[in-house]
Amino acid sequence: MVQSGSFNWKRIWPYAAVFIALLLLPLAVSRFYVYITSVIFVTALVAMSLNMVVGHGGMYQFHHAAFYGVGAYTFALILTRTGWPVWIGFVAAPVAAALTGLVIGWFCVRLNKLYFGMLQISLGSLIWAIIFRWYSLTGGDDGIHGIPMPSAIGTISRSYYFILLILGACVVVMYMIYRSPFGKTLQAIRDNPERCEAVGIHVKRHQLLGIVVATFFAGIAGSLFVVVEGSVFPDLLFWVLSLEIFIMCLLGGWFTFAGPIIGAAIMVSLRTFVGTYTEYWTLILGVILILLIFFLPEGVMGFIISRLRTDKAVEE
Amino acid sequence: MEWGQSITFSALGVHLLVGLSRAMILFIVCSGLSFVLGVLRVPNVAHGSLYMIGAFAAFTLNQLFGGGAVGFWMALALSPFVVAAVSLVAERALFCRLYQREHLMLLLFTFALMLILGDLVKIVWGADYRSITVPELLEGSFAVLGSSFPKYNLFLLLMGPVVAVGLWLFTNKTKIGKIARAAAVDREMVDAIGINVSWVFAFAFVLGCFLAGLGGALVAPTISITLGMDHDIVIEAFLIVTIGGLGNMWGALIGSLIFGVTQSLGVLFWPQFAIVFPYMAVVIVLIWRPTGMLKSVW
Repeated sequence: MVQSGSFNWKRIWPYAAVFIALLLLPLAVSRFYVYITSVIFVTALVAMSLNMVVGHGGMYQFHHAAFYGVGAYTFALILTRTGWPVWIGFVAAPVAAALTGLVIGWFCVRLNKLYFGMLQISLGSLIWAIIFRWYSLTGGDDGIHGIPMPSAIGTISRSYYFILLILGACVVVMYMIYRSPFGKTLQAIRDNPERCEAVGIHVKRHQLLGIVVATFFAGIAGSLFVVVEGSVFPDLLFWVLSLEIFIMCLLGGWFTFAGPIIGAAIMVSLRTFVGTYTEYWTLILGVILILLIFFLPEGVMGFIISRLRTDKAVEE
Repeated sequence: MEWGQSITFSALGVHLLVGLSRAMILFIVCSGLSFVLGVLRVPNVAHGSLYMIGAFAAFTLNQLFGGGAVGFWMALALSPFVVAAVSLVAERALFCRLYQREHLMLLLFTFALMLILGDLVKIVWGADYRSITVPELLEGSFAVLGSSFPKYNLFLLLMGPVVAVGLWLFTNKTKIGKIARAAAVDREMVDAIGINVSWVFAFAFVLGCFLAGLGGALVAPTISITLGMDHDIVIEAFLIVTIGGLGNMWGALIGSLIFGVTQSLGVLFWPQFAIVFPYMAVVIVLIWRPTGMLKSVW
């Protein structure tokens, strides 16, 4: 077991190896695969941010996409409607998302479990509906397309490195939060809120703070989405996307830290590669999900981790 | 934005009636969802897919019987059974093995089911828009309060209470219905008395899906039948049953009325943002009464 504070090379090297491999990726594969990997990075970030609330916090965050979409639209609107420099967009997107998280979260934490989720769906759908219909501001159903990027991140390779860097930084910060006293408190609240309350922890305040932090990261992911795709559309705030992100967390293993990354990678890869063979990739996804429910209930990451644990136990 | 510019009493009245008739469709669909939620404690995201299958099946059955009046009534009568059959297959083959699992797994399952059914519809019917024409009997409109009100909407206004009364009679007066209600409240006790709870669940699920199919068949002549119907209806249905009280049929009725009427009034007062009105209403109700307006079974 790693003690907090110590720097254990044995545990770090696989992650370092992966990171180096990712750094070298654009040299080895075609632009298409670099683009897909960028999409995976963005999706992984939003899935990780959701898991902060669902996996670590135990809350039924059913409409996380709303915050992701708010971040993306904020970034897009700043880039297309104002003459402000791009970095303001990168700052404004997560701030807008976190403010939205604060407002919606404040209403939702007063409720329990399922009702938390339903209120969030209705509030998130409200925002979706407004964006969907406010044609003059947001382009409505059409969305906003052809959003210009500064040349520093304008090409596929440059945006790839930029996103990888931001993703790496976010993952490190998220991990630090995960292991921090705040993060541990959040997990304790997930496991036994009444006990925490009894010990004097302000449960609602912690949960709300967790939501604000998570939605901040979702906003970052939203701005990165615009960097990769160059456009925004109302579907980014539609409940189906929220459920998909939720599924990514379950798929990857929501009790683990890195599970959502695996879940995101699986979903995006499936959509891309199965999609080249058949237009019925959602059918395949549905079947795979059912297989997973029956055979891998802890999610892919959870399964791997439990196998590693049993192997270690056998060795000892 | 034109506020109150040309809102006459008759326009208001007709919009209200249209809203009520739309609410009836919502109610029929939501009563099924509520029933499943109440008895099985499962949030069935695939409920919308079954609604969509109901609409598409109605289209095909309509064609099969040559259209016109015969086609319409046969389609209306048979498509809920088609949907019920589909749901029975899904339940017996897969669903029944998952009842012990936690709710999020069941949610995940119904989501997977929604994906699969959605693509199955695409495979069978393709991506084109379909439509059904209303039979002569229900064609045209009445003059109501000086504006015109479609006859078909009156038909819907009648169907709603028929389904409500039928469902109420069923759950309160028949043995199976009472067992289902008991299972909703205390499934262990029902099991202990020796009743096969598994079949009760299967039955409840199929009935809920039957209602979804019925809703789809009823709405079919009024809209273009397309893919994506499942996504649109299911979120509305979940919000409605939540504000009504989970598992509560009368709650589903009240919720549907609120949703349908606010949407229609939205069209009247602020057409561009009409869809915002029902969500706003839902938000207000959930803040005021988070567990729903009527007693929830949960």
